[in-house]
Amino acid sequence: MSLPRKLKDHAARQAEATEPHPEAARKQAAQGKLLARERITAILDPGSFHEYDLFVEHRCSDFGMEKKQLPGDGVITGTGAILGHPVAIYAQDFTVAGGSLGLAHARKITKIMDHAIKLGIPLIGINDSGGARIQEGVNSLAGYGEIFYRNTLASGVIPQISIILGPCAGGAVYSPALTDFVFVVDQISKMFITGPEVIKTVLGEEISMEDLGGARVQSEISGNAHFYAGSEAECFEQVKRLVTFIPWNNRKKADPFNASPSPTEEDLERIIPSEAHRPYDVRDVLRAVCDGSDFMEVQALWAANIVVGFARMNGRTVGMVANQPAVLAGVLDVDSSDKAARFIRFCDAFNIPLVTFVDLPGYLPGVDQEHAGVIRHGAKLLYAYSEATVPKITVILRKAYGGGYIAMCSRHLGADFVFAWPCAEIAVMGPEGAANIIFKGEIAAAADPEAFRKQKVQEYTEKFASPYVAAANGHVDAVIAPRQTRDFLLHALEISEQKAEPRPARKHGVPPF
Amino acid sequence: MTHSATHPSKPVRQSIALDGTVYETTLTKKYAQRKPFAPKDPSRLTAIIPGLILDLLVKPGDQVRSGQSLLVLEAMKMQNHIAAHDAGTIKAIHVASGDTVTKGQLLLEFQ
Repeated sequence: MSLPRKLKDHAARQAEATEPHPEAARKQAAQGKLLARERITAILDPGSFHEYDLFVEHRCSDFGMEKKQLPGDGVITGTGAILGHPVAIYAQDFTVAGGSLGLAHARKITKIMDHAIKLGIPLIGINDSGGARIQEGVNSLAGYGEIFYRNTLASGVIPQISIILGPCAGGAVYSPALTDFVFVVDQISKMFITGPEVIKTVLGEEISMEDLGGARVQSEISGNAHFYAGSEAECFEQVKRLVTFIPWNNRKKADPFNASPSPTEEDLERIIPSEAHRPYDVRDVLRAVCDGSDFMEVQALWAANIVVGFARMNGRTVGMVANQPAVLAGVLDVDSSDKAARFIRFCDAFNIPLVTFVDLPGYLPGVDQEHAGVIRHGAKLLYAYSEATVPKITVILRKAYGGGYIAMCSRHLGADFVFAWPCAEIAVMGPEGAANIIFKGEIAAAADPEAFRKQKVQEYTEKFASPYVAAANGHVDAVIAPRQTRDFLLHALEISEQKAEPRPARKHGVPPF
Repeated sequence: MTHSATHPSKPVRQSIALDGTVYETTLTKKYAQRKPFAPKDPSRLTAIIPGLILDLLVKPGDQVRSGQSLLVLEAMKMQNHIAAHDAGTIKAIHVASGDTVTKGQLLLEFQ
């Protein structure tokens, strides 16, 4: 064959492998879903995608599979860039055998994962698959296992992002679950271990796919997803934005932004109500201190009593963690501890300094909490903060009581700098509760118990419900006016740039999960 | 009477059918006592946290918009404004100012 004929033959093979099957493409479009290739093009910078393993074929010869030719074996893999940041990417193609996972399909994924780990670049996986390719039997399971193994090896080495754009059911859900960030889209994403049919057969309970494992459920109730979008286009914008906040790998810091505009939000003193029992939205505080008031919240819909997310200070990425008084009074509980602990560990793994804002009355009381293991889950937060060696800066805004005070990155868990506003109340418990316990006998014996109790609450408030006892003991480094917050944070972050905190050598810790 | 080490509470014998095969087994206490799934009724507003009703900001027949504060529930030393998830009309209010409510208690109903 002459070269021109070989080139023609190459073009024909390429076209055959990339042309979508018209009927399958029509079905995909009818569900409001883009094709796998369109998705990759929409996420990556124009012209940056380079595809590999286009001509990989499956080797299954059972159940008629020997007659089936599956282009790319149902998955597209390659590398490219997002806003100039290099990434490895794969996208399962539902139009090819329902995106089902066989061994060749899985090996394409594990190959691109191995590349991403070696090259030190983030991995993006787009999941849209009916599940295991049953004809391939245990080879299909082997494929899943090899992916999970690499997800775990890559954890804390490169950022891993999963985008769920179709069904992701059974064993398949465990790859996203092992990655750092899961993106879902309303009406399109479906995640579950066992589907509605099985649940109906085994338990007799009826539930729709959407109610069982739709995007809203995974974002709001289970906490499996981190970002929720109304459409695929909105989802891709979220992915791009996230990539700008995080580093390529654990040996680097996130790329700095040259511009570090001042916050556009209003003055901090107006945000916090003077009465300790009035709620406010703590995100207003975060936006009032970070560059350009640009805060990217993670898991906004789940466990909203704690807020976590990324922002920049002087162009550098920071991870922010804050109690949210507007939801459940900002208490710590099972879910909020889980959520914050995971986020803190991501930031620590990828050299992102932590800034914590504290305003909480303590842990949520309740039988359901105790029985759900709030001890075990709450311990994750203590572990994550204590384990983190990135710069840790804490600002106590208002209430910091009891165990909650300790847990929220106190000096005692290794905070490098602890600042408190003058309205901070740092004490073992609220004045009411404390006075009732300390003066229980005297209150009962007093001529006017209620007046005596009020007097003691007042005394306790004046003596302990302030930042000055903590400051006198050096647990707080500086009591600062709210308007000084950004200045103190910028300075603390700048002088912490080269922070090194060696720890005793060990294989790994044993966190309570 | 002695308890087995693996089943501190009395085991409940049961069979479970998975993928067409019936397995004979015992159930965990948690599984045996689980509540079946019931879809959330958007017309009923229940307390998300135990506390004290401080103030009612609406009355039956009122039209409310999404996000509007309906009542103030004091819990964990915080005056929580409970907001409407959707626009609608208030059908009935089941609590009064000063009432102590438990988690999950019905507070008000929409039409």
